[in-house]
Amino acid sequence: MTARIVSLAEAVAELVHDGDTVALEGFTHLIPVAAGHEIIRQRRRGLTLVRMTPDIVYDQLIGAGCAAKLIFSWAGNPGVGSLHRFRDAVQHAWPVPLEIEEHSHAGMANRYVAGASGLPFAVMRGYSGTDLPAHTATVAPIQCPFTGEMLTAVPALNPDVGIVHAQRADRRGNVQFWGITGVHKEVVLASARSLVTVEEIVDELTPMPGAVVLPGWAVTRVALVPGGAHPSYAMGFSERDNDHYQAWDAISRDRDTFGQWLTEVLG
Amino acid sequence: MSWTADEMMTVAAARALRGDTRCFVGIGLPSTAANLARRTHAPDLVLVYESGTIGAKPDRLPLSIGDGVLAETADAVVSVPEMFNYWLQPGRIGVGFLGAAQLDRYANINTTVIGTDYDDPRVRLPGAGGAPEIAASCGEVIVVVRQSTRTFVDRVDFVTSVGHGKGPGDRERLGLRGRGPVLVITDLGVLEPDPGDCELTLTRLHPGVTAEQAVAATGWPLRIAPGVTTTEPPSDDELTALRSLTGAEEPA
Repeated sequence: MTARIVSLAEAVAELVHDGDTVALEGFTHLIPVAAGHEIIRQRRRGLTLVRMTPDIVYDQLIGAGCAAKLIFSWAGNPGVGSLHRFRDAVQHAWPVPLEIEEHSHAGMANRYVAGASGLPFAVMRGYSGTDLPAHTATVAPIQCPFTGEMLTAVPALNPDVGIVHAQRADRRGNVQFWGITGVHKEVVLASARSLVTVEEIVDELTPMPGAVVLPGWAVTRVALVPGGAHPSYAMGFSERDNDHYQAWDAISRDRDTFGQWLTEVLG
Repeated sequence: MSWTADEMMTVAAARALRGDTRCFVGIGLPSTAANLARRTHAPDLVLVYESGTIGAKPDRLPLSIGDGVLAETADAVVSVPEMFNYWLQPGRIGVGFLGAAQLDRYANINTTVIGTDYDDPRVRLPGAGGAPEIAASCGEVIVVVRQSTRTFVDRVDFVTSVGHGKGPGDRERLGLRGRGPVLVITDLGVLEPDPGDCELTLTRLHPGVTAEQAVAATGWPLRIAPGVTTTEPPSDDELTALRSLTGAEEPA
């Protein structure tokens, strides 16, 4: 079986349902922004959104009222400041209340690793002495059966849908990406269904230094979306549009200017 | 050349990095300081960014940890699970550079919420990111933060990353492997944990800053070390290198 190549609108309609747990990943690089906008356009509701570093596309999804819950480790506009729609949802329940489940990066990364490994939990050193375990039910102490050392267990994350952006795929849906690869591989393998948006579709994948290839049979759907990571980076295709990140700060501060932005995206 | 308080803070942070130290760097002031150190006295410094780039040698300041210039110039690019599990957790990184929204007298750090009700915070901050494990596992930690009573508080509202807990022996009891914060570098001076009880003590003042100013900018009764010294002002070479990195002009 190979990944079926479909349009972005078709892929989101088919894969993402109201109430799903959805992870759009990309550790500052290769963020599937266009896919996030399509979820907004299709007006999904009640989503549990998962992402290590929710940045402006998650601010947009939250402000648009798509999310009921956020599972994350660092929420900000990288290099710029706060996420104002996220803050408004947490501090004032606007436009809807947002439940949060909060981890560290190491905790989230390990939760995906457990998910991709088909294990119920991952074990790590971390969280000791912090106030995070008191507020996060998915952090628990565990004793090493061999040494007796106390460690931390975090449960597997297995989203209903995992979405990432990549540089390219071939016509059989084999996906190739390189550069800063974040948790791309882990989230695709941990999720029940997956969508990869790509910059280009080629006849043959060209070997690239350090590239990761996910075989088509490990991916549910592939959609051709050139520029689908804008304003984030797609190494070899586009640089970060830093002005866009800075402009978002002003747009998102105010509910009305955000509303205007939203109307434009919804078309 | 004249300089700003932020430039003094950045130069002081850069000077704290020596030799071929492996340094875990975040974007912002830590990244600026680490890149300045590599351009001046510490060309062999190994810059590690949490996005997975090890030994990055950027020719300009990266805009974010996802900047292609980090991946293109690194000795190795690894996935995020590998970065945290193989490189950070076993103690392969010598120095971690952290910022703080709140910091207490034992250098415990809050970047999660302002206000004591987690579920109804006065201000929701970005959260933990990589910091708890950086604070736990790096050989030592340097905190870089502007000093004010808003930031330097008697008690942090939330412990995101452990400094020295409530005092001596706490890190060991918690199973934290590194030495924890050894320096807190601010725009006013430098604080170090007292070797006896771990309380942050002012050991250096930047040129032109008085001890009274530092005390007034601290939300607990700040101790001043008996032999408090004055930081060497930034040299022309340091300022030139810093401004070529940041694109800043000489202050008027």
